Amino acid sequence: MNDTANVLRPEEYFIEDEPYYEPLGDEIAVFEAAYRNRLPVLLKGPTGCGKTRFMEHMAWRLKRPLITVSCHDDLTASDLVGRFLVKGGETRWVDGPLARAVRAGGVCYLDEIVEARKDTTVVIHPLADDRRVLPMEKVGELLEAGPEFCLAISYNPGYQSVLKDLKQSTRQRFVALEFDYPDAELEQRIIENETGIDGELARKLVQFARMTRNLKGSGLDEGASTRLLVHAAKLIADGIEPVTASHVAIAQALSDDADMLAAVDELSSSLF
Amino acid sequence: MVGGADDFASIQALLDDWLETEFTFRDTDRLTRQLLAQSPRDRQFVLNWTQRVASTNIALAHRFAELSDQTLASMDREVVEAWIQHAMDQYDRSGLAAAMKVVDEVDDFARQRFERASGSILEEQIPVLAGFLRGLSGRELCLAEADGARAWTDSETLYLPGVVARLAERKDNFVLHKAMVAHLWAQTRFGTFQADLEAELARYADREHALRLFHLLETLRLDARIERELPGLAREMGRLRALLGEEARYASLRAHGERLLDPRARVEDTLHALRDAFERIEPLSLCYQGHLDPQAVSECMARRVEREKAILRVELAELADELKESGRLAPDAPAEFDLKQKEGDAAEQGFEFELSIDEEALSVPEFLRKVMTSIVLDFGEIPEEYLTAAGPGEYDLSRFDEEALDPDEVWSGAYHEEGAFLYPEWDFARQCHRKNWCVLRELAVEPRHDDFHVNTLRKHARLIKSLHRTFEALRGEDRLLKKQPHGDDIDIDALVEAWADLRSGHEMSERLFASLRKEERNIAVMFMVDMSGSTRGWINDAERESLILLAESLEILGDRYAIYGFSGTTRKRCELYRVKAFDDPYDDEVKARISGIEAQDYTRMGVAIRHLSGLLKQVDARIKLLVTLSDGKPEDYDGYYRGEYGIEDTRQALFEARRDGVHPFCITIDEQAQEYLPHLYGAANYVVIKEVEKLPLKVSDIYRKLTS
Repeated sequence: MNDTANVLRPEEYFIEDEPYYEPLGDEIAVFEAAYRNRLPVLLKGPTGCGKTRFMEHMAWRLKRPLITVSCHDDLTASDLVGRFLVKGGETRWVDGPLARAVRAGGVCYLDEIVEARKDTTVVIHPLADDRRVLPMEKVGELLEAGPEFCLAISYNPGYQSVLKDLKQSTRQRFVALEFDYPDAELEQRIIENETGIDGELARKLVQFARMTRNLKGSGLDEGASTRLLVHAAKLIADGIEPVTASHVAIAQALSDDADMLAAVDELSSSLF
Repeated sequence: MVGGADDFASIQALLDDWLETEFTFRDTDRLTRQLLAQSPRDRQFVLNWTQRVASTNIALAHRFAELSDQTLASMDREVVEAWIQHAMDQYDRSGLAAAMKVVDEVDDFARQRFERASGSILEEQIPVLAGFLRGLSGRELCLAEADGARAWTDSETLYLPGVVARLAERKDNFVLHKAMVAHLWAQTRFGTFQADLEAELARYADREHALRLFHLLETLRLDARIERELPGLAREMGRLRALLGEEARYASLRAHGERLLDPRARVEDTLHALRDAFERIEPLSLCYQGHLDPQAVSECMARRVEREKAILRVELAELADELKESGRLAPDAPAEFDLKQKEGDAAEQGFEFELSIDEEALSVPEFLRKVMTSIVLDFGEIPEEYLTAAGPGEYDLSRFDEEALDPDEVWSGAYHEEGAFLYPEWDFARQCHRKNWCVLRELAVEPRHDDFHVNTLRKHARLIKSLHRTFEALRGEDRLLKKQPHGDDIDIDALVEAWADLRSGHEMSERLFASLRKEERNIAVMFMVDMSGSTRGWINDAERESLILLAESLEILGDRYAIYGFSGTTRKRCELYRVKAFDDPYDDEVKARISGIEAQDYTRMGVAIRHLSGLLKQVDARIKLLVTLSDGKPEDYDGYYRGEYGIEDTRQALFEARRDGVHPFCITIDEQAQEYLPHLYGAANYVVIKEVEKLPLKVSDIYRKLTS
């Protein structure tokens, strides 16, 4: 069987084509300034607002490989730095994604950093202040990052729980960029550009998103993100009925509660 | 059960028993003959229900049995059951007369039932309709049931009929309900009340006629707006009009009222059109219109306008103070703000505001944005004078706070049921719940700042030391798991073995790593402490000491816990005493409250279990425990909550708790507990402690066993 996927090593993941990104403010300039000054960046905001897309765009602009790590609560420092593996009767050191990024001078993006175990701070702190070194204790080495290395982390302040909090000692090492849902015009333009549907439908999708955001806190944890709108728009562009597309791409992604789903469906059927 | 009662004598015997003919002298001969003539299945059904109703009221049961022939002939069994349940609910709520009325007006009930079968019932649809309403933009509105059959609003609450059954199918009736919501929403959203309606209507001799005509014309204007914003809904409303034969007249009205269809049309245009059309048009009431109550609106508005003006101006004053303190505004600058509402199509939905002072832009907090939105809906804009910060002491915001009822105050006068929680109770004889039967209030325990806490620690010093040790050992630990397929470190022992295997020709294992796994305890426990009068003395002391020791242990363990006492007198006065809520820290207040626990009244357990399980459900934990510390059986003052009734209700409440994912457990000192506790809690979920003074020792031990 022929493989259809591309096989790359993480440090070879250069982004060739410009990823479409509409700036909310002056975040591109700020990021570039931080990069030039070797400052790490923190992206704050709800899910689906363009944080990852922004990182891809910046990696393309800066022409560096992008290494993304999705953090979860079993992620330890060794997952980031690397570990010894036993291969063919020998022990070999294998770099983790963070070490690869430092060696290759790439952009390392740690997504949802608060989810990871606390021992990851041991590794992040030295990279995030002006030392810019990655301690690799098990190998007995220090990796000093070159000028092209960039560290970025993201987190969603809306999900803050007492246990999973971004401590001051960590946060104060970063330049923070805030992401939020774009305003209506911009959101409409994003949908049109990403999917090619006509302006009127895009406008209605944006209006629908606003309606779901009105429901935040009264049954929905979050309103519809821009990403969900793009999903729905792609389905509509492909010929699916708008009400169906809203149901599968947006409503079902937001909630499992039968009454809430019914209410959201009533809103979409009133609109289209 | 009454199967097998097939001859005159046995049927009559049953009836005599249930209807207590010894005392009531009711004639059961005729009734028995009537039942004999029925089919065995019908007879069994009637006898079964007669027995159940008789436990509530004998007269009701008798009448039910008398009417059984006629009801079974004309209605399905389900409907008969629903009818008699409804009668019993009415009995609970309003007494015998109301219940008899339901029984006698059985035809009415059948008709209503039919309506309910294909109608849209507000009670059932409220979650969906409320969500729909909340998603629409503008002021946050509430939904409530109207007294009559017509919909209306006072500009803050939308009142809807309880049942809508004008159309044949349920889904169409739901659309009609939804259309009513949309229409009433549109009235507040598009400024129906921005003009002084009363003044305008006063110009007409026939006020009623003018009002109805105004409503009709205004509906045209609102419908046009809905068509622009919510085209899908507008289509559905058109379909309803067609189904109900209103479309033809509606279309001709639209043809004449073009000005009102313009997207920029405002309510003043409608008033203008009213003057023109007054003589010429007959009013028509569209299915989703409901009626207008301008007086109710102006009263509601007057209160709201005052409140919102105060809130806005006070908030601006606070903002100005902050700016002056941080130096961004000169100390003597006038606190006059500028406000721009963002223009443009899409902004219409969002009500976005740009607030600034002296050219400096400020961010608008969410609650203020909502207040501003509401003001704009009332006036079309934010009036100039609102944008000047309030002077010091100009407004007293506490005037506008809804008066929170102090439960302790409530008891000093005649009781009423505001500020309380209503819970159902299980009537085992009736085999169903009595709705809204118990009135429960959460009260505070009077803290007693004495040395009880210190003395307890001293008295049980040795025990406490050993508790510390045991509980520390139970805390979530990091465990090193060896021989894992993945991990942070290489497990040298495993590697050595594997290497040896390889050298001797065997396969090499892949489990060569060691990983550190964190074991977390994710437990929340609610302690329900019996504070009934019977705990006075010994028991009360023992209970309080146990609580102190438990709390000490739980603080080490890190489990989330809450402590509530329960007591009460009769169903109208069930009381829960908050000692420690989940979020309260274990501080001196809590210790003083534990010390302040005093014996109160009786033990109506069911309602306490229902309420506390509800609180427990709100906590996010994998394991939820409800532990009851009690000294005896459930029992209350009003005579019937004891014996089997009390036990069965408690059992039902425990069952409901289990179904919701809560594990109940009981610790008791009642020596006769073996008789009823297994029935309530199950064989393994209770413990009887024979010596009261051992209670403090044992409770912590039990908890430890329970949760490891």
